[in-house]
Amino acid sequence: MSVISVIEAVRKTIFMEMKRDKKIFILGEDVASRGGVFLATDGLLEEFGDQRVIDTPLAESSICGVAIGAAVNGMRPIAEIQFADFVWPAINQIVGEASKIRYGTFGKKKCPITIRIPYGGGVRGGLYHSQSIEVLFAHTPGLKVIAPATPYDAAGLLRSSIRNDDPVVFLEHKKTYRLVKGEVPDNDYSIPLGKAEVKKVGNDITVITYGLMLHYVLQAAEECKHFGINVEVLDLRCLRPIDSETIVQSVNKTGRALIVQEDTRAISVSSEVAAIIAEDCFFDLDAPIKRLTPIEIPPMPFSPIQEAEYMPSKIKIVKSIRELLEI
Amino acid sequence: MKKNKSENEKKSVSISPKKLRWLYSSMYRIRRFEETMLEQTFKGNAMGVTHPSDGQEAGPVGICAHLTDKDWIGSTHRGHGHCIAKGLETNRMMAEIMGRSTGQCHGKGGSMHIADFSKGMLGANAIVGASIPLAVGAALTSKYKNNEKKSVAVAFFGDGATSQGVLHESMNLSSIWKLPVIFACENNGYAEATPSWYAVSTDDIASRAEGYGIPGLQVDGMDVFSVYDAAEQAVKRARSGEGPTFLEIKTYRYHGHFHADDPKKYRKQEEEDYFKSKDCLISFEERVTESGLMTSEDLNEIRNEIEEEIKKATDFALTSPMPDHDELYKDVYVEYSNSLLGLR
Repeated sequence: MSVISVIEAVRKTIFMEMKRDKKIFILGEDVASRGGVFLATDGLLEEFGDQRVIDTPLAESSICGVAIGAAVNGMRPIAEIQFADFVWPAINQIVGEASKIRYGTFGKKKCPITIRIPYGGGVRGGLYHSQSIEVLFAHTPGLKVIAPATPYDAAGLLRSSIRNDDPVVFLEHKKTYRLVKGEVPDNDYSIPLGKAEVKKVGNDITVITYGLMLHYVLQAAEECKHFGINVEVLDLRCLRPIDSETIVQSVNKTGRALIVQEDTRAISVSSEVAAIIAEDCFFDLDAPIKRLTPIEIPPMPFSPIQEAEYMPSKIKIVKSIRELLEI
Repeated sequence: MKKNKSENEKKSVSISPKKLRWLYSSMYRIRRFEETMLEQTFKGNAMGVTHPSDGQEAGPVGICAHLTDKDWIGSTHRGHGHCIAKGLETNRMMAEIMGRSTGQCHGKGGSMHIADFSKGMLGANAIVGASIPLAVGAALTSKYKNNEKKSVAVAFFGDGATSQGVLHESMNLSSIWKLPVIFACENNGYAEATPSWYAVSTDDIASRAEGYGIPGLQVDGMDVFSVYDAAEQAVKRARSGEGPTFLEIKTYRYHGHFHADDPKKYRKQEEEDYFKSKDCLISFEERVTESGLMTSEDLNEIRNEIEEEIKKATDFALTSPMPDHDELYKDVYVEYSNSLLGLR
């Protein structure tokens, strides 16, 4: 057991997995000699050589397409997209190709790729280095979409993603990379894909969230103790498949649900979670479902004041919780 | 593939004194703007990531010297030089990089998104290759409107963008439609940290244009006169309806990929020293003083003027207010409505 950051957890897991399985290789922009723009693959070139850690030209569509081609031929590639905002040229390959391979070949072909994508804002990245892109992938049958928030979950879920035989979009919130540290076992534990986790037990309200927002929600839950509110915090961790069982269990217990996300509101993960709660918890709800999200403007303005206003924060979360409980 | 080496030797001694002055002041303005921006970045006043282009000034200046406000350029994440060469105001640019309300985009864009359509500047663009078809679209408009003195569009992009499919699509389109486009590939040798000798399949990127029926030229991008001459021909070709030209501008960025990137991790000091010995400002100064076109007093005067301008721009930015609360909600759609903005 050691205390490491999210980025270290990602790097350590890739390292261990590549040691274990020679079919795994990495490709992406500046992943080899530079070790990745966020240093997620630092030192891997020295350990595994340039046949397994491959710098690519700036060509996201090809990075993903080539990874898919290798995957259907028995390899287990890990593709890195440098920033989520750069993924759009690769959408045809991920949504149009990877998601359909198993279904279109009557289960004869599998596509075991892991596409790692740093996403999210709050880092003064402005319009093209801050986006939340999860909903497009989470909408796509055939893909799995993972969004961990802690080093422990990042390592355990990344290991499962790499070992999984389906295409996985693995979203890493770049603000958590160095900000969030936590204990990670040294062994090769894994966390099943598709399971949410209650990060804090409570009984007055369930706050459902994922990614960076988990940490703000946990801080808000701590502050809510001063108002006598005992918050249950549920981290989705996986956006497809989404763990409706854990959501329903928790909301049926507390009777109140607040969904917090960094992505804009309409047609988003929060829409799906709200629908699940409306369908399955209706008779146990003591209050309407509430969502805390940024407003519907293109993510996200650069100026620090505007960025802060855009992003959900601890203060905004506490306010929403209190509104819902009328305290 | 045409090379213009012998033509380069002539070096445009026919350039008017006014234009010569513009070339030097624009290059010096870019240099001092970015040096000051970096100082402000490290002081914490300029926020986010900035990508300096110092070393590359001759490219945008040599090309934009032939353009008017009616001509368009598309730019990149390394776009300050393009903006300044196209005539944007340094005070509003500095304010944008500091996220201020007086910024070019009211603080919404930052360094990588500065745009000014009134100057024909389609915008810096943080997505590698993404601005290329936008410039082609502007050129299509020009052809469609069939204005007498055809407006032209210049797509600026780096060696990294030559690996993106969208460049190849754009080259093909502009060739079959004979659009007034100049593809200006600023080859500084590195796509972030990846060297072009590794990531690009040829050391003669301009030769790729031939495959699309477009003339391609390699140009010494450390020498503003070489760029000026090549661009003059390309712009002339475009304005007269003969179609696109591809210019590969061989250049170098003195800094790393972005303000905090240490380039020593992936390139050699000798390489940097070599290009610095060919610096566009120094070579310009030598050329014009030796040939008697300008005196060192003339150059000194220009430098002093620019120093004063950049100082004022920095003060302007630092004393400008941050954007208002309401600014956040503006300009998402043509019409403003609470429901569109998810407000209740």
